[in-house]
Amino acid sequence: MKTYLPNRFIVERDPARCIQCEVCVNQCSFDVNYRDADEDEVRSREENCVGCHRCVLFCPTRALNIRRTPLDYRENANWRPEIIEDIIRQAESGGILLTGMGTDKAHPIYWDRLVLNASQVTNPSIDPLREPMELRTYLGRKPDSLTVEPGSLALKTKLAPQVAIEVPILFSALSYGAVSINVHKSLARAATEMGTLFNTGEGGLHRKLYKYGANTICQVASGRFGVHPDYLNVGRILEIKIGQGAKPGIGGHLPGEKVSAEVAATRMIPKGTDALSPAPQHDIYSIEDLAQLISALKEATNYTKPVSVKIAAVHNAAAIASGIARAGADIIALDGIRGATGAAPKIIRDNVGIPIELAIAAVDTRLRQEGIRNQVSLIAAGGIRNSGDVIKAIALGADAVYIGTAALVALGCTVCQQCHTGKCAWGICTSDLRLTKRINPDIGAQRLVNLLRGWSLEIKEMLGGMGVNALESLRGNRLHLRGVGLTDTELEILGVKMAGA
Amino acid sequence: MKRVYSKEEVCIACGLCQVHCLVAHSESKDIIKAYKKETPRQPSRIKVQQKGSLSFPLSCRHCEEPWCVYSCLTGALQKDPESGIVTVDAEKCVGCFTCVVACPCSAIIPDFHRKKAVKCDLCPHLETPACVANCPNQALIFTDGATPGGTKVAAEGAVARR
Repeated sequence: MKTYLPNRFIVERDPARCIQCEVCVNQCSFDVNYRDADEDEVRSREENCVGCHRCVLFCPTRALNIRRTPLDYRENANWRPEIIEDIIRQAESGGILLTGMGTDKAHPIYWDRLVLNASQVTNPSIDPLREPMELRTYLGRKPDSLTVEPGSLALKTKLAPQVAIEVPILFSALSYGAVSINVHKSLARAATEMGTLFNTGEGGLHRKLYKYGANTICQVASGRFGVHPDYLNVGRILEIKIGQGAKPGIGGHLPGEKVSAEVAATRMIPKGTDALSPAPQHDIYSIEDLAQLISALKEATNYTKPVSVKIAAVHNAAAIASGIARAGADIIALDGIRGATGAAPKIIRDNVGIPIELAIAAVDTRLRQEGIRNQVSLIAAGGIRNSGDVIKAIALGADAVYIGTAALVALGCTVCQQCHTGKCAWGICTSDLRLTKRINPDIGAQRLVNLLRGWSLEIKEMLGGMGVNALESLRGNRLHLRGVGLTDTELEILGVKMAGA
Repeated sequence: MKRVYSKEEVCIACGLCQVHCLVAHSESKDIIKAYKKETPRQPSRIKVQQKGSLSFPLSCRHCEEPWCVYSCLTGALQKDPESGIVTVDAEKCVGCFTCVVACPCSAIIPDFHRKKAVKCDLCPHLETPACVANCPNQALIFTDGATPGGTKVAAEGAVARR
């Protein structure tokens, strides 16, 4: 069938700079750049270009540039080019449109409508370079009250397992199989160096990475891939994955081509078979069922590890979170609509779920009202882009945040949304051994450490400006936030005053 | 002695080592002039070897037993007794390419235009050889045998795989 899809990008090659070295040819995994043998010239098949910029950044003479095709449709606010082209694509394929990464639609980003406070005159700001600044966070169930031994002041209350993290930023679930072992290794090493945690995602943990167990969150998802006693006991935290912000209510599908021998061994499935994660966990149809799995996991690990439950932020997130806390979870991870994925139906990614800012505020408020906020730690995920977003999430009521896309961008991802193709030119979301080599874990870990270090320095600066010397003092303190350009209802749900008020 | 070692597990076969080797051995040391103005071009002294997902760049190992030096008819190839670096003296080289045949690594490149053998000289004019300095994935290291990061990087390994 002749395609009616136009090219998305133009590859501009400056002939004065191009030295015909073919680096662009060997770096493009989408078969765009090629050497025309007859003309002995490097050329581009622009219809294949996805705009990942690999060739642009690896060209030694910077002879390349990628631009959007300036093909204009007749102006129409309703029938925009993307909508027209999605219809064309489906008319030609007859299937569900798949995509990768988080939604690219203009859902309101409340982070950009929230502003932080700073101390002026009546309270002094603190210089983090001169005074200690505390970012350490303890994840896990906190007791309702503490009793201490009179005299010695030793703690009498038996505490539930607590996990200390030195920066309030964890790496989101990225499964081995979806991402390569080199990405997992980069995340694990960076988490270890920075005193935080990375999350295995639902694909299990490669045996080679067991040594990073103290900095690992081991996920148990609906497919139960790679879940066995060693796996559960090697991690620091266990996480039951109910849902994901990019595709609430939807399962997962790792195509058989990505299930290499190593991935198969880690996931405990035959090589080359599709890894299908059911949409629900088939043993969890109620809060009571969830309570059973939570206790089973606690029993399996001798009550030494906090159990987290991750849900996509949806309409009744607050009530669901209350149920999760009562089911015995120690941590609740909330993943908002802007959360990303390796593959999801585009229509789900762009339309299902609620923004994470509203979910954090609603859940924190609800748990406080019910007097059970201390029973769980709250981790916010889905579209955290910089340290400003982190600190606003914490002021709204989160204990820590997950970053996924930001971490991948640090590794080289340009958010070209081709994760589902398995051809990631940056070697991140692929299991093609020629491509996975493109992530050198030495460089990857360094880039991630640098990112976390930069963000933690910025967080300390912002805290100091507010006159706060510990992150704990900011947590859930929405008086440090004000809203700009928000409606009364939005302000009410966020629990934040209008700027100027 | 310090040699250039490759870490095949992170070599992405981009060929930038070859490009920058050529530039480092050009007249102008300018990438665009070296490719577009200087004819014939200097050949690269390093070549990426590739088969499927296995790839690594290969250049002169500056062997303890330099077969190229032994085979050289004119004495153009010499191993410096102090630095251990094997060099080719272009004045003396007659372009017979016996060394090309003798080299167990195929690391000596015949420059057919100039009728000279050329090979890696470890960029004496630079602090770090150009291939190492410009590798985008740190797949090349310049070291005297200690292996940073504990990765198995041996010239012998690269040879054994051929």
